[in-house]
This record gives sequence, C-alpha cells and structure tokens, in this order.
Amino acid sequence: MTEQGVRWTADQVLALAPDAASRKAGSKLGTAGPWSEAGSAGGSVWGLCKGSGSRPYQTIVDVAGSEGPAYKCSCPSRKFPCKHALGLLLLWAGEDGSVAPSEAPAWAGEWLDGRRRRAAERQAPAPEEAGADAADPAARRRAESRARKRAERITAGTAELDQRLSDLLRGGLAGLEQAGYGVWEETAARMVDAQAPGLAARVRELGSVAASGPGWPMRLLEECALLHLLDQGWLNRQALPPDLAAAVRTHVGLPSAAQEPPERDTWLVLAQYDTVDSRLTTRRIWLYGTASGRSALVLSYGTAGRAPGLALPVGLAFDAELSGRPGSGQLRAELGERFGAPSPSTARPAGTGTEQAAAEYGTALRADPWLESWPVALGPVIPVPLPDRSGWQLADADGGGALPVTPAVAASPGLWRLVALSGGAPVTVFGECGHRGFTPLAAWPQGPGETVALC
Amino acid sequence: MTPVTSGAAPAAWEDLVTAALLGTDRRRPPVRARDGDPAAGLLDAAAAHTLRRRAGMRPAPAAPLPHRAAPDDRPPLPPAAVHRLAMLLADRPGTGSGGRRGSAPDLLELLPQWLRTANAQGYAAPPHLLPALLDAARARTDLRRQVLTFAGPRALWLARLNPDWKFALRAAPGGGALLPSPEDGARVRRLWEEGLFAERVALLAMVRRHDPAAARDLLATTWSTERAEDRLMFLDSLRTGLRADDEPFLEQALADRSRNVRAVAAELLSALPGSALAARMADRAAACLSLERTDGEPTIAVEAPHACDAAMERDGITPKPPAGRGERSWWLGQLMEAAPLAAWVGRFGGRSPEEIVALPVADEWAGELHAAWCRAAVRQVDAAWARALLGTPAAPGTGGPGGASLAERAKLLSVLAAEERAAWVAGFIEAHGLSEAFQLLGGCPAPWEERLGRSVVDALNIARDAGGYPWSFSGVMGLAERCLDPSAGGRLEGLAAVPDDAENASPGAGAYWAEAFQRLLSTLRLRAAMHAELTAPGEPMR
Repeated sequence: MTEQGVRWTADQVLALAPDAASRKAGSKLGTAGPWSEAGSAGGSVWGLCKGSGSRPYQTIVDVAGSEGPAYKCSCPSRKFPCKHALGLLLLWAGEDGSVAPSEAPAWAGEWLDGRRRRAAERQAPAPEEAGADAADPAARRRAESRARKRAERITAGTAELDQRLSDLLRGGLAGLEQAGYGVWEETAARMVDAQAPGLAARVRELGSVAASGPGWPMRLLEECALLHLLDQGWLNRQALPPDLAAAVRTHVGLPSAAQEPPERDTWLVLAQYDTVDSRLTTRRIWLYGTASGRSALVLSYGTAGRAPGLALPVGLAFDAELSGRPGSGQLRAELGERFGAPSPSTARPAGTGTEQAAAEYGTALRADPWLESWPVALGPVIPVPLPDRSGWQLADADGGGALPVTPAVAASPGLWRLVALSGGAPVTVFGECGHRGFTPLAAWPQGPGETVALC
Repeated sequence: MTPVTSGAAPAAWEDLVTAALLGTDRRRPPVRARDGDPAAGLLDAAAAHTLRRRAGMRPAPAAPLPHRAAPDDRPPLPPAAVHRLAMLLADRPGTGSGGRRGSAPDLLELLPQWLRTANAQGYAAPPHLLPALLDAARARTDLRRQVLTFAGPRALWLARLNPDWKFALRAAPGGGALLPSPEDGARVRRLWEEGLFAERVALLAMVRRHDPAAARDLLATTWSTERAEDRLMFLDSLRTGLRADDEPFLEQALADRSRNVRAVAAELLSALPGSALAARMADRAAACLSLERTDGEPTIAVEAPHACDAAMERDGITPKPPAGRGERSWWLGQLMEAAPLAAWVGRFGGRSPEEIVALPVADEWAGELHAAWCRAAVRQVDAAWARALLGTPAAPGTGGPGGASLAERAKLLSVLAAEERAAWVAGFIEAHGLSEAFQLLGGCPAPWEERLGRSVVDALNIARDAGGYPWSFSGVMGLAERCLDPSAGGRLEGLAAVPDDAENASPGAGAYWAEAFQRLLSTLRLRAAMHAELTAPGEPMR
C-alpha cells in the first residue's frame, strides 16, 4: 500500500497536530536522536521513543487506516495524536533512512492486525443486520413512534420559539446590545429540551450577533428572520419540496434519515480547520473529487478539550468512498471505505470567476436558505488590499469584479500566506463564499506548486 | 410556506430595521401582518429581504490592483529543504510550555545556519513561507540580515503592505534593492546630497567597500556642512578599508569643533602606523619607556607623562581620567595604546615582541603597560604582538601580572587568522578545561576545526566524569550544537548512552549527561541533513 515515494511532507504531518504546543513538541521529536527500532511496512509506522522515564514509549501509526490515520502510543498524554506519533511521522517523512522498511515487531503487529481485522469486519456487515428492522415489525413500530414523539416535541419547540421572536420584535431589539448572552441561554435551553439542537445553536448565536459591534441591529434582524423562516419551514414541512424539507430537518438538528449511495473517487484534501465552543470542537474537512470535480464536507467532532478523531493531511489525495447526506445542498458527506493511504497529488480544482462564484452561492441558497457559504475555487484572482488597510479583496485577474475577503480573516497569518504566494500575480484560491465575504482556505500558484494551506 | 410581501412593493430594508429596533408596538412596520400580528409580518418581510440580498450578491468593482513583486531569478529551494525550513519556522518561541530542554534539538537556533547555507547556494525563498520568515526576523534582529537576503525582493513588496514588517524596508541588506550601483557617479552623488541619514550611511559604507578613496572624496564634498553627530557616524565608516592616503583628511578632522569627532579621527590615525600622528605618539611614548639594567637584568623603566599638553590633547589624548584613576597612568595608557607597536622593536635593541613582553617592568607598571599594548595590538591589527601578548595557551593563570585577562585574550584572538585562533583555543581547552572557554569559543568560526571540536568533546567528557551536572556547561553545549562539525558525531555515540551512576557523581547526573549528549548528537545529525538537503545536486520533484 504505502510505497516509498508517497511519504508525506512535514507540513502535512504537522497539520495533524491538535494544537500549537503539540506541533512544536512533535517537530522536536522528528529526528533520529530519541528513536530506536523505527520501521515501516504496509502503510504503518512504528518506533520506540526515549522519554524521560526508563522505558521508551511504544508508538505506532496506521497511516493507511480506513478511517484516517490511527495512532497508538504508550505515553500518558491525552493529546491526540500525541507528540510521539507526530515525531514518528516526521521522522518517516524525513526520508533520511531512519525509518527502514521492515517486519513489524510483536508489540506493533498485534495492534495493527487487530485494527485491520476490525476494519474488515465492519466493511462486511452481517447480512441479516441490515434487514433486521424491516423484518421485525414491532421494532419498526417502536422506532416510528419514537420519531413521531420527537417531531411533536420539535413542533412544540418551534411554535414557542416563533412566539418568542414575535414578542421580541413587538418590544423592540434596541435594548439587546447590552443584554448579554443570558437572555438567549434560557431560550436555547428550551430548544435543547425540545430535542432541536440546531435551533438551540442558532439561538445561542443570536447573543454574539447582538454584541458584534456597529451594524448589529441589521444583522440581528437578519438572523431572527432566518430563524423565523426555519420555524415556519418546520411547521409547514409537509408542503415543501423534498430538498428544502431535508434542509429544514438538518438545520433543526435531526440526523439525516437516509444516505446516498457511496461515490468512489480520489479525494484531494483542500482544507481542515476546527471551530471550538465551550462544549464541542467541530472539525471541518473540505474534500475535492479529482475525477468528479465535486466538493464535499466531512465533519468530525471532539468533546471539549479533545481534538476530533479524524485528521487528514491538506494537499494529499486518497482513494475512498464518500456517501453524501441529503440537505444543505448535498455537501455534507460521510467517509466510507478507504483504498490506500493519502499520497501527493498534482490535482487541483479549476478556478471560476467572482461573478460565477457569487451566482453559485445564490443558487445554493435556493435549496437551502440557511446556508452561510458555498465552497468555490476562485481563479485566476489577485489578492488586492483596500485603501487605508480596511481589508482585502480577491479580484478577477482581468480586473473585472472582486469579492471581499471575510473581515474576520483579513489580518490572519493565512491571508498573508496567500498574499505572499501571489506577490501581485494571479493565483487559484479555494474557500467558502458567503454573505459575509470570501474565506480563503487553500491556494495554488499559477505554475506548478503544492497546495498551500491558508487555515 | 406563506407567501410574503406578495403583490405590494417590498418595504425598504431601513424601515424594517427601524421598526425592529423600536418595536412594532411603537412603530408599525410597512408590511402586511401575519394572522393579525405585525411582528410576525415584519419577520416574514425581513426573511425575504435577507434572502434576496444574499442570493443577489454581486462582485464589487475591484480596487486598483497592486504592483507585482519584482521577479526573483534565483532557483527555487529543493522540496526537502522547503519542508525543513517549514519545520524550523514552526519552532517559534512561546509555542511550547518551556521548561527543561530534553534531548530534542533547539530548532530555531539552527535557523541562522540554515539561512547562511541557503544564501551561499543562492536559492530563492518559497513565497508562502515569507510571512513566517519575516515574523521570525521581526522578533530576532540578529536574523534580519540573512532573512532579508534570502527572502529577496518579494519580502520588500510584502513589507510595504504590512506595517509589522516595516523593518525590512529600513534594513534592506546591503541596500541592494534601493542603493544605486557604486559605479553610477551621478546617482550616488544625488542620493548623498538628498538622501535620508540612514540611506546616506548605507551609501557611504557601500562606496567605501567598493572604492575607499571615492567614499572619502564623497564625504569631503559635504563635510563642513554636516551636523556633529552625523560627522561622527560618517567618520566611523572610514574604519572599513582604512589606508595611508586617508591621513590628510583625518589630520584635518583632528581640528574639528566636536570633541567626539576629534577623538575618532585620532583613533583612526593611530591605527595607521605610518601617520604623522603615530610618529608623534611614538616620540612621546618613547620618552616614557627606557631599558635599564637592574642587578644585571634588563628591565623596562617607566616614566609616565607629567602633563597633558595642548598638542597631546589635539592628538586625541583625553586629559581628565575617570574617577579613581591617577592622571599620569591614564595618560600613559592612552599614549601606549596609540603609539605604533612596531617602533618598540627598534627601541628595545631589536628584541622580538615575545622578548619585549617577557621583560620585567619596574615599579609595578607591568599591568598598566601590557593592558595598553593589548589595546594597541587590537587597534593596529598587529598579529605578531597579539600572539606575543596572548602567550602560550597552556600558560597558567589569567589576569595576573604579565597575563592577559579573558576579555583581553578574546579580543587579541580576533586579530589572529581563523585557523591560528582555533588552534590556540583548542590548546587552551586542552590545558584548562571548559570553565573559562565560552567567551573564547564564541569567537571561533563555525564549523569548528577538527582539533578544536575534539578538544571540546573531550573536555565535556572529562567534565562529566568529574561529577556535576551538564547545565553548568549549557553555554558551551549550546555552542557545540551549533558549531561542532557534524562529522564529529561519531565520537559522541558512546557518550550518549545512559551510564550507571558512578559512586562520586551527583545523583541522576549520568542520565542528564546522556540526554545532553543525545541532544548534541541529534542536532548534529539534523545539521548534516539540513546541509545535505541544501547542497545535494538537484533531484527531480516527486
């Protein structure tokens, strides 16, 4: 599976690190010094790392795992992957011969074999399992009754929420800027009780919109109105076209009912970034089907303080099946079976102009009015500074139109990487195009060159 | 879904926002109520508005496009070296928890060396790493020169866009991008007359390196109209490439209005052994020293000056001593420092500098005299005298009578050629160990020569066997990580193993030493890999 020559780059390894401290600690361990008995075979890497104790840590990484790289280390760290796993991968990526192809020692082989066996079992599910629900009418009835009860609670919740929104507008939004988050917390808790986590998250978000500085009344009215639209969508869901109904279900917070048939392709990892709130770390990974030209979003979650389980190195491509989920314009997908480890790829998405990008977002809103943004590869475009350091634009190389860069990222290190890559010349930029502007996530120079991660 | 704002002209968005702010109880919104509720009607209308606005988003007209960065014609960095650089730059201070260093190399410390090699090979920087490089140079001024050379024209382009990187515009390396060619007389002349102070200093330094006489002539054109502080800086730049035909200009500067300018002019003249000032100093100094025979042994007798006259003062002697020093010894020290050393050989009957330094000195003047000669050897860049004053590296004791202090030795060593310097320091370490070697090692060029490297490793090994902890030698260890030749790694393999604690050793010291040696070893391997990535003949990209 993993041959010589498809090893990763240091950047790609470091992109797996859960935080900056791990990056640093891992890169220090990426030299032969502390390692012994390091070796690799069949898409897995192992080694013994000398730590501060007397016994070295046993570190194993399954690079070709069917659900992304998997790690095992005997160290007590709760970081995932730990610095030893990162260091081992860096050593392996360094290609200085410290990690030689060899036979896995017993302590590594056992774990790797176990993983492969379990993966094989999962891929060949017992035939009767799939039909179990259908076969047992009692079980099906129970499931239907559960779903019906939940729908009833959500309906009660949306009605209540809509009433609260109306009350709010009757009294006026003026006092809310200073009101803080507490006002919304109680309503959000009611939505959690109503089993509508999507509504709860949107309600909580209103608190930060009210505190978002100049122009807040306009933004707050927009968000209240869209929340009202979602309430109405739920209450009238039977009358909606199927796509829109699926979008409503997703945004309210119901799990998707059905999955689409898996689509096999070589997927290029365009971007991976985390958003953190007090409860949950959400990792968003953008994939690009090099054959289909389709973009897909894979989400992975970690509870507070822990990095999400799935990590994919930006700029590499891997052969895998992906199943789309209905709703949200068909972007959400689940990673299915994988057929090999990620390896370097020269593929890149073709760029479109700014006019086309804005139009794509507009079209996507038709199927899902609550969509914040739409994935687009812009190009050839040039990053252009606005007068008085008031922000940045991405302008069509022919000087026609321009999309503003989302203000929140306008001073980020990623944006400066993009500007440096461009040097005033056209580049291709992948990112999220939305009503707040364009958020660049990855870029390529006009000539040959690797994917430059911007997030 | 209920159709919204059907038929009627859509209400203006501003009216909706106003009504929402004040409340529909107070301000009736211009929309149709839903089920008799104007608030729900307002929400319907606002939702339609919001979606219409979002879906109808169009690109804005583009702002004026930026100029393109000047092209960088250097070959691109090999892929392996790009990844190495990314790793070195990822190791930024403040990103870790700090604490004990462990056995892993200190990556940021290797950046200067990496940059030197990359610049020597003439590679262009990968554009996407420029922000990280500029950030690193912003935090560490010692990196700036190398970073800016490596970063090339695109870094200057970036620096104009980001005020955090302004330093790059001030400190363009060698002024390359901004200064005219030294051949271009008219442009040099114009920049000299119209430029900002920093530009003029850079210009003068560049012309001086290229053609010393032309730089002096350039300076002479505006000399009388310059401010005193500026005169001082400009005069100082003549230190580079100082030569005999600078004398008339410097003589004239001896009569300058500013005392500091006079002092610098005198110092420069005294560094020209053939100058008239040097000859005057030689006469004055000769009057102070004489060779006498006491008990049949030749001895230097010292008669310090009794006064500092106007002529001496004009030649740069500072009449007033600092607090706590006698006037006469103060004047003597300055005279000896400024007098040409070569003259003493004739004065003392053809004796060599070694023999002269070995002569006994009467009345406890030896310390004063030798210290002044050390300063003179450094100022006049006189290797023969520096060698004599340094003595043999194995000579015991420093700072005592006849022996130069550590700081003086470090300065004297700088006068010697690199090879001789390294050999002397190696001899010093072999004789005295490492406890006083840090300052001397700092002056030796990297990578260390074979004998010097061996003496440091052996001395570290001896220090370990003697008990004690490695952090007593952390300075030398840090230098060794950066300066030891990677090929010396073989000698370290055995040392990196964890030994059993010896009976007389400090508790746990063995493990700490092994860790320190492991770090040294892995740093050397890393440096060897870094070097190979930058110097290997080009491989095709995978």
